[in-house]
Amino acid sequence: MSKYTMHVLVCGGTGCISSRSKEIVENLNLHIKEVGMEDSVQILTTGCFGFCEKGPIVKILPDNTFYVQVKPEDVEEIVKEHIVKGRKVERLLYVNPTTSDSVSDSKHMEFYKKQMRVALRNCGFIDPENIEEYIARDGYGALGKVLSMTQQEVIDEMKKSGLRGRGGGGFPTGLKWEFAYKNKSDQKYVVCNADEGDPGAFMDRSILEGDPHSIVEAMAICGYAIGANRGLVYIRAEYPLAVKRLETAILAAREYGLLGHDILGTGFDFDIEIKFGAGAFVCGEETALIHSMEGMRGEPTTKPPFPAESGYWGKPTNVNNVETFANVPVVFLKGADWFSKIGTEKSKGTKVFALAGKINNVGLIEVPMGITLREVIYDIGGGIKDGKKFKAVQTGGPSGGCLTEKDLDTPIDFDNLIAKGSMMGSGGMIVMDETDCMPAVAKFYLEFTEEESCGKCTPCRVGTKRLLEILEKIIAGNGTMEDLETLKELSQVIKDTALCGLGQTAPNPILSTLEAFEDEYIAHVRDHKCPAGKCTALLQYNITDKCIGCTACARICPVNAISGSPKQQHTIDQTKCIKCGACMTKCRFGAIVRE
Amino acid sequence: MTKIMSLDQLKTLRDNVKNKVDLRVKGENVENMVVVRVAMATCGIASGAREVMNYLAELIRDEDIENVVITQSGCMGYCYAEPTIEVTLPGKEPVVYGNVDKAKAKEILEKHILGGEMADGIIPAIHKSLDE
Amino acid sequence: MSCESCKNELAREMYAELEKFIDELPEKRGALISVLHRAQSIFGYLPKEVQAFVGEKLNISTAQVYGVVSFYSFFTMEPKGKYPISVCLGTACYVRGADKVLEAFKNELGIDVGQTTSDGKFSLDALRCVGACGLAPVVLIGDKVYGRINSAEQVKEIIKEYQD
Repeated sequence: MSKYTMHVLVCGGTGCISSRSKEIVENLNLHIKEVGMEDSVQILTTGCFGFCEKGPIVKILPDNTFYVQVKPEDVEEIVKEHIVKGRKVERLLYVNPTTSDSVSDSKHMEFYKKQMRVALRNCGFIDPENIEEYIARDGYGALGKVLSMTQQEVIDEMKKSGLRGRGGGGFPTGLKWEFAYKNKSDQKYVVCNADEGDPGAFMDRSILEGDPHSIVEAMAICGYAIGANRGLVYIRAEYPLAVKRLETAILAAREYGLLGHDILGTGFDFDIEIKFGAGAFVCGEETALIHSMEGMRGEPTTKPPFPAESGYWGKPTNVNNVETFANVPVVFLKGADWFSKIGTEKSKGTKVFALAGKINNVGLIEVPMGITLREVIYDIGGGIKDGKKFKAVQTGGPSGGCLTEKDLDTPIDFDNLIAKGSMMGSGGMIVMDETDCMPAVAKFYLEFTEEESCGKCTPCRVGTKRLLEILEKIIAGNGTMEDLETLKELSQVIKDTALCGLGQTAPNPILSTLEAFEDEYIAHVRDHKCPAGKCTALLQYNITDKCIGCTACARICPVNAISGSPKQQHTIDQTKCIKCGACMTKCRFGAIVRE
Repeated sequence: MTKIMSLDQLKTLRDNVKNKVDLRVKGENVENMVVVRVAMATCGIASGAREVMNYLAELIRDEDIENVVITQSGCMGYCYAEPTIEVTLPGKEPVVYGNVDKAKAKEILEKHILGGEMADGIIPAIHKSLDE
Repeated sequence: MSCESCKNELAREMYAELEKFIDELPEKRGALISVLHRAQSIFGYLPKEVQAFVGEKLNISTAQVYGVVSFYSFFTMEPKGKYPISVCLGTACYVRGADKVLEAFKNELGIDVGQTTSDGKFSLDALRCVGACGLAPVVLIGDKVYGRINSAEQVKEIIKEYQD
């Protein structure tokens, strides 16, 4: 019997730790001791709850009270009021923005209502550094089950589940395992790709931080299925907390005999080591990743041969992404039939998205495949920030594209997103509003791919640079209509000829924005205007007749571009103006306009 | 920790550690649970609250009652009537019992928690009105 | 650390630490990146001499070491400031105005991305996503994360924290 009668869960994800959740835990320990309840109240640091917008999160059970934006200074009140007297601290509850009601049970929050947690099942629920908590949630039960099946049975179950790779490509996981299984070799490897490089996606990190044992267990399952006894996790060095939690998990699993020799007395050996990445987006591509693990430059090579034939040190290697692995134990615990009931016809299960950008509820969400963008953005995400108008959502990171208003009711799955000129990618979802300029967004992504291009093949190395130059020209107001044609043509060439996925998908942000927002490109080129008011080179500040001549703008202007006598309408010298906007911010009469 | 050598051993370990997260599993679904809150401040403990709480926990475990979750609070303010326990049925207002010993606890469990009828010994709810 | 011999002493200790790490590796094959990680944590950066030393110890050419060092953004051949500043330019931070935050740091410190202030105190870098997108735009100074930075004044305040 556990002696604890109350559990306090504090989010220990990177976002919440940045907002001082460690101090919250310290203060909890302090104040709980002060009221003499340290033997009955358990304080736990968990993985990410997902509701990053409102972090740090503190959840109290069994009362199921969900406190948001908790500061270390609030802890004393939580302890003295809630924990001692059983009275909820109203001011720290989440307030539903439409009804203004405070909600204490997360189940009733719009943010959580439509979510379904499979890959994130233990994130924000268990102590990720305690293997027994994972075991209590049937952890390693799937491995136990698998070890009594034949390898082919395991693979068949995987194929039946319909699980597809969550790292971007969407390749059927069972099929991938089968290829590696069928290639006979004295040595095979299982690799977990934790080199999350898509800027704006952080689900892999959250899973490793919140539920590292699920990855350890899944890798062992995969090892058994394909006949490998060594596993490697390739992880970004920029994720120190995830690395630490994973190391702790591996050590504990060894200690409990769940990794190492003769696992559960079945004669199956398996162990895992960690390999560090060093910051290169292209290393998310599996051949590049393997070269990087071998200590070389992370440059991709042509496929075939696929890693399933010749991977790490030339041996058959199966590479899956973190989120894919996180689904694996569930497939075996609940069965392929259960799993394949979730989702759409060709995309089974759930998908984790990192919802960010101009949206009210930034966070990590997990939803069944087939949900619409509208539900994600308006129901879960709470709509666009500051009441602005929705313009587009970018999915798939630098390899993806933009979806717009007309796509809001399309069910999200692998194939629909590709049909719309975007892709699932790793699950970054960046929401943009009317003030975001689409050519500038395309430029942002091209800056990224141009910088991250490994330089091995010419279409990507030179092509992305040329694309970027054209975009820069357009944004500076010097573009021509011919440039728009060149953009399209060059994009197509790169798509057709680049060596790896990074290059082949690099033009997507341009193609999809050109398709949906061609008028915006034309406005830049022909009218020298930025409709979103973002591109400084195309903006002009002007003073209207609302000006009463208070001289405040002239005094704040850093380059003395504003002139005029007191009590007279002022004017801006456009040749001097650096378009910093200081005058517009300063003016109390709304007399300065940006066009 | 000795190594787990078989699937059966893993299952045994799981059953042993399940209670570590049980409170959380139940708590996630607290609106369908009967919540029993034992006042565990100094005076409560001195008058035997811990024994009452442990006894209730044993009864619930032995009889496999799934829909009850036991938790605790600090001082509820009824020092004259310790040990006190508060019982909340799903969707109902909390009810506080005073001077609860083992026999009384058993009666509350059978009559109120399982039967849905209130037992004797209820302290009139005053703390709520004091707050407001 | 002004005297020359103390400096040499320190350098010798650092090389000895790296050498010990390399000698104790169970397998040298494929270990280059982990060795470089270690070397950078010991020396703070990877100057030419350290790269040559690593090459020699692992029995590979310095050119190959340089090829790897220059490929990955995590490795640096320039010494970092005492307080390394990294401005996140991930997409979530970008759409919430990270470019302006970076500008503010550049103006405030008078250095460009990849440079270090002349007193060796601050260095400025851009990075892609630390995964604290809920706090966008985000800046890291050392390991400390600053979130929701939306004005040049806030940037000034942050730098002030480190001024003494």
